[in-house]
Amino acid sequence: MTAPMTETNTQNLASYNFAYLDEQTKRMIRRAILKGIAIPGYQVPFASREMPMPYGWGTGGVQVTAAIIGRDDVLKVIDQGADDTTNAVSIRAFFAKTAGVATTTATPDATIIQTRHRIPETPLHAGQVLVYQVPIPEPLRFLEPRETETRKMHALEEYGLMHVKLYEDIARNGRIATTYAYPVKVEGRYVMDPSPTPKFDNPKMHQSEALQLFGAGREKRIYAVPPHTNVVSLDFEDHPFEIQHFTEPCALCGAEQVYLDEVVLDDKGGRMFVCSDTHHCESRRAEGHRGALLGDEPVVEKEAAI
Amino acid sequence: MAHSTPAASIYEGGFADPVGASQTVFRALMDAMARPGTVHALPAVTAPPAPLTASASALIATLADADTPVWLDPALTKTNAIKDWIVFHTGAPITAYQSEAAFAVVAAPQSLSALNGFSLGTQEFPDRSTSVILQVTTLTEGVALTLEGPGIKDRTTLAPAPMPQHFSEQWMANRQAFPRGIDLILAGPGSVAAMPRSTRLIRKEA
Amino acid sequence: MYVAVKGGEAAIANAHRLLAARRRGDADVPGLTLDQIAGQLSLAVDRVMGEGSLYDPELAALAIKQARGDLIEAVFLLRAYRTTLPRFGHSEPVDTGAMLVERRISAVYKDLPGGQLLGPTFDYTHRLLDPELAGDEPLDAPEMAADTGERVIRVSDILGDEGLIEDDPATDASRPVADITRTPMEFPMERDARLQTLARGDEGFLLALAYSTQRGYARSHPFAGEIRIGEVDVEVMIPELGFAVVIGRVKLTECQMVNQFKGSTKAPPQFTRGYGLVFGQAERKAMAMSLCDRALRASELGEDIVAPAQDEEFVLSHCDNVQSTGFVEHLKLPHYVDFQAELDLVRRMRAEHFARTEGDTPADGAAREAAE
Repeated sequence: MTAPMTETNTQNLASYNFAYLDEQTKRMIRRAILKGIAIPGYQVPFASREMPMPYGWGTGGVQVTAAIIGRDDVLKVIDQGADDTTNAVSIRAFFAKTAGVATTTATPDATIIQTRHRIPETPLHAGQVLVYQVPIPEPLRFLEPRETETRKMHALEEYGLMHVKLYEDIARNGRIATTYAYPVKVEGRYVMDPSPTPKFDNPKMHQSEALQLFGAGREKRIYAVPPHTNVVSLDFEDHPFEIQHFTEPCALCGAEQVYLDEVVLDDKGGRMFVCSDTHHCESRRAEGHRGALLGDEPVVEKEAAI
Repeated sequence: MAHSTPAASIYEGGFADPVGASQTVFRALMDAMARPGTVHALPAVTAPPAPLTASASALIATLADADTPVWLDPALTKTNAIKDWIVFHTGAPITAYQSEAAFAVVAAPQSLSALNGFSLGTQEFPDRSTSVILQVTTLTEGVALTLEGPGIKDRTTLAPAPMPQHFSEQWMANRQAFPRGIDLILAGPGSVAAMPRSTRLIRKEA
Repeated sequence: MYVAVKGGEAAIANAHRLLAARRRGDADVPGLTLDQIAGQLSLAVDRVMGEGSLYDPELAALAIKQARGDLIEAVFLLRAYRTTLPRFGHSEPVDTGAMLVERRISAVYKDLPGGQLLGPTFDYTHRLLDPELAGDEPLDAPEMAADTGERVIRVSDILGDEGLIEDDPATDASRPVADITRTPMEFPMERDARLQTLARGDEGFLLALAYSTQRGYARSHPFAGEIRIGEVDVEVMIPELGFAVVIGRVKLTECQMVNQFKGSTKAPPQFTRGYGLVFGQAERKAMAMSLCDRALRASELGEDIVAPAQDEEFVLSHCDNVQSTGFVEHLKLPHYVDFQAELDLVRRMRAEHFARTEGDTPADGAAREAAE
């Protein structure tokens, strides 16, 4: 078993299959994806592999993308809504290298969008697949740490604990104090974790035109929401679900009704709010929309070339 | 690379480009499963012994391997050719028991006795169920089925033939077992459609 | 005017160039060769092979070199490579009774057939730094016994012949052997999957849990029945030939822990087993593994589950250091979108809090917040 460190060994290290994963692994993941689509919101266990990036850094999403991607796909990768965050850059480069596919930052041009923590502002269209990176797929995990127990709860459709938790929030804080990874019910059956997207994005999951796939590598689960599927955020009659509202528009493109990042400008309390979705912001500016703090020159595009 | 003639031996007629072909076939199937009732083109990438069809064999070659027992209906087991072809090209074990099968391939849907003989999975693990591939001669010219459910905007129709007897009743029973249940993959000529267990069949009021 | 930070790709490339330079260190000092690492840091190599679950000293040495000596990073590198290899099948169970032992000790007998063999151990060394090692002084050649080719009887077999220790748990031979690299975890976990999980579990994590059982958190009254280190043949059954062929040899450390057991409703009074088996020379890990294995057999033996080491889901879900390090370290990825959502909530709740509090108007509250 002790193989000498030969030339062949080193050469083998450099040769990987299309989209990195071997075909047997892809088949296993593809079978899990099909089951996930057939049972919307149910977490399908799959034999997640070690990936060349750490667990917790998108290995589930990367495995799902690797299993579905083809030579003609156009891939977009975002983290925090941005195409230029380091981990998004890294994952995009991984697929550009291992699959040789075209990449884009333009939401409408992508056939596969892998995301961490956001859903693009531009509505998705039929034929697109949104792949979520999921850290903890089990919505009940923080109420019950045991897999054996949570599995039973899903089997029996016993979600009382989740409602109790949300109601305790209301009793203590006067509102549901969950701002992201806000649990949803899919097609009236499974309670599902939408991944740590802000609850602002939850309504975008409902009756989406796109197929939504979720990959949790470390926890070894895949789940799915087909297009045109009911995805309802849990709430109470007297405390209906509501999303975040920002008091001011994006300082760069003037957009309203979008999710904004707070950017600290100085140490004197100066701050501004800008679109978290960088592509949405850039395309609005290209169309001539201007926010309060955008200068006269389109400096941002020049900077991007550096 | 398309094959036009059936395989002369069981060693022929597999994927010429396993990576590209299986990805193309899978994406067609994934889209079909995500949008029940829609018909997706399948490329001619396999040439199996008859009566296994090109599309059914492309699907099984894409999905099955040593980890997934495959059940074949009597129409496919008259000779050993199809069994041998599947074993050679996928490594999947062939099982005589419907309830053990991860995949089933059915060449004569009209003779299939009961859908609930397959594994429906368990309440805890509903994914441990059989995916049933039905070979059909058409997806558009049979008796129209009206479908609704996840993946379908409002309603849609699909008209596969031939289909198992008493299909409406059988499918409603399958739907009753949700989240347990089988998923149907309909392999038409050069095309594929699907009815996952989440799909509801709407009875036409007379 | 505000300009968004761009250029992630260039920043990453720069960081990696700096990493490469830092890894190499002073270029005037000769670079480490893989032979040096495999030969002189062999216990590090063994640990990386064990937790990386790939027996290949040269690749493990490469991983250690590439990881700048960070062993968990090296384990990760080896795992990420291992997972791309095709799985051809599985070996026959290795026969540790036929091991060519380099070290073999038992704490439960003064002497026994095959003898006590100390081997290359740190035990009984005085932990005094040796300045001579700063150089490369020649060493006295060690004295080696001739290989007699005789089987060295296992202590557990001595006890087993008298019925004093439970039999090895019977396994259902018709069931395929578990492979935790190919199937997701499922609880309750069968013994084969549990031992595989422990075998590649983090040494430090298992060590601490094993220690906790000695301090009363699920005490198991353990005795080190036997520890043996040496090489065994690996055999693979070739169906076409109808018999098994040797495909190579691996060095293993095996620990059989013998635990006092008073009996329960499920089992008569007898000694019970805790088992550890690890690639390479990894005695601490094998001992810790055997204590954890015994603790995790609590429900099988009808014992109350009262301590962390007995908690199957807790131990087995958290012992993998590649998973643990990934998820702990992922906290350094940007989380500002979710943090924004929390900021918004905390601000609103604080405003309401100060509105309710006497003498503090919301404006005061906001002013105070800004001043903080």
